[in-house]
Amino acid sequence: MSDAAVSVNALSLAAADTREHLSPNQQAWRGFRRNRPAIVSSALLGVLVLLVVLWPLWRTSTLSDLVPRALTFSPTELTDEPFSAPNPTHWLGTDANGRDILSRMFYGARISLVVGLVGAGVSLVIGVLWGAVAGYVGGRVDNVMMRIVDILYCLPSIIFVVLLMALVENQFRAWLSGTFSPQLGGLARMLLLFIGLGAVSWLTMARIVRGQVLSLRTRQFVHASRSLGAGTARILRRHILPNVYGIIIVYVTLTIPSIILYESFLSFLGLGIRPPQASLGWLISEGALQINPIRIYWWMILYPAGLLGLTLLALNFVGDGLRDAWDPRTKE
Amino acid sequence: MYFLRRLLFLVPLALIISFLAFAFVRLMPGGPFDRERAAPSPEVRKAMEAKYLLDKPLLVQYWHYLEGLLKGDLGPSMKYRNHTVNDIVLQGLPISLTLGLSAFLFALGVGIPLGFFTAVYKGRWPDYTGSFVALLFFCVPALVIGPVLIMFFAIKLGWFPVALWGSPLHVILPTVTLGIYFSGRIARLMREGMMTTLNAEFVTTARAKGLNETAVLLKHAFRLGVLPVVSYSGPLLADLLTGSFVVESIFQIPGIGVFLVNSLFSRDHTMTVGLVLLYAVLLLVLNLIVDLVYTIIDPRIRYE
Repeated sequence: MSDAAVSVNALSLAAADTREHLSPNQQAWRGFRRNRPAIVSSALLGVLVLLVVLWPLWRTSTLSDLVPRALTFSPTELTDEPFSAPNPTHWLGTDANGRDILSRMFYGARISLVVGLVGAGVSLVIGVLWGAVAGYVGGRVDNVMMRIVDILYCLPSIIFVVLLMALVENQFRAWLSGTFSPQLGGLARMLLLFIGLGAVSWLTMARIVRGQVLSLRTRQFVHASRSLGAGTARILRRHILPNVYGIIIVYVTLTIPSIILYESFLSFLGLGIRPPQASLGWLISEGALQINPIRIYWWMILYPAGLLGLTLLALNFVGDGLRDAWDPRTKE
Repeated sequence: MYFLRRLLFLVPLALIISFLAFAFVRLMPGGPFDRERAAPSPEVRKAMEAKYLLDKPLLVQYWHYLEGLLKGDLGPSMKYRNHTVNDIVLQGLPISLTLGLSAFLFALGVGIPLGFFTAVYKGRWPDYTGSFVALLFFCVPALVIGPVLIMFFAIKLGWFPVALWGSPLHVILPTVTLGIYFSGRIARLMREGMMTTLNAEFVTTARAKGLNETAVLLKHAFRLGVLPVVSYSGPLLADLLTGSFVVESIFQIPGIGVFLVNSLFSRDHTMTVGLVLLYAVLLLVLNLIVDLVYTIIDPRIRYE
């Protein structure tokens, strides 16, 4: 065996040695950082988030002189050149009312991302609580809770969202306007949409958490903790949840794109975000309305659709990367 | 025995769902006659409400509804006068089912081979290309791909009709639009399933006893590798449904999805309840079938 091979062997041994001293979470982060598509996607998403967060700032502040005029249109500003193709003034063209598509996309992407994040947050809370309780309590309670999940799984959840929104929208708006401010009342539909989308997307999360908790609660360290007098709440918080949080992060990341998608479906059907607010799905449906055989306004569809597709792709890459790094089942 | 019990269990479940749907739509603000073109006088309105029993308490209404349901009658539509919900279902359901089934087959037909090959060529370029394509499919939802397909294939090239339903040519674009997202999803599940199976010991055994690779992959590994796809088929059907609402509205296909969405807007109570119930029962039955298929493919699975 040559010297080079020996030293390589020694190196890999040393590497294996240090890896054993890393916690599973540290190992997972290492694995994630080696995943190039996931890193590129994270960077892309970071840029997108920065853009949509900073855009309203530079648009309205004195900084607006520093950026090209094309980047400073208001999403509600009407001009007298509707349906103009991409040009130096409007980089991505204008829509039926002469509004700048680029600014509409910034605005829409912001709402789509917020919908995804908040919806995923709501589904996280419900799913983790439901799954943890079912898995930990076990027995008959577990059986009933999981049958409910099974039944909900095979019902078209879109109906629940629609019913929820139709049912409580008016009361919710009145309550918001009365308790907080009329301005917030105007956002009632959007807030309800967040809650509704989260409330129908927790099923997978509940199943995964329940499976993990079921296997964790028979472990010795849980028995040890219980024999030392710890209560259910403490065991769940201190011993069980820290052990499932890796998988929870993974599935939250994968829930975000599916909720963004769901919202765009609802908007497309006219059940989601309503003007003057706009999400990416709403922009696409506005473009789809203008399809006619005489003249194709392709920029109204292609750009928002491209941005939506790209965002979903990046989110999925990140989610996959996280899962490969965290989920023990995908380890070789 | 187990499946017989599940089948019997469907009856109370359908009852619960019908009652919940019934109660929910009645709780929604507004009634079916609020948006009449000519605002009805109070007397006319009263008469109309009496005709549809809307002035009676909820439970009485539900009881009448159940009586009709036992006879297979989903009641009259409150918006499309002269039409019963049964009429609409009879007319729209075959269309929706055709679309759903062809998209289901498209998703399986594209997704399973794609996932299979990416798993077999794991870590080599066919895997990377194939997996990327699958992920790409996964990220082009119906409302992105639908308008693009229409613009390109229907308007620019003129190969397919732009919208509506009727000839076999009408089916193709909606099928691709609806199915492509799910084919990506199935490819990913298939790849995962195949990869776990290919690591299993019985595959090594099969190879060790000298079986050729094709037989190992197709006869031994495929059978277990496809299980994640089979178990996803249940939720897939529910997802196809949500997608079909969008696809039906993009291509203006006269299926029942459009009627359901519209009935929610127009507060056409009987229509909403009837269609929700129809969808729920359809899905429950299909899920039962999926579970049955599951036991046939993998005899190790036993339901108590």
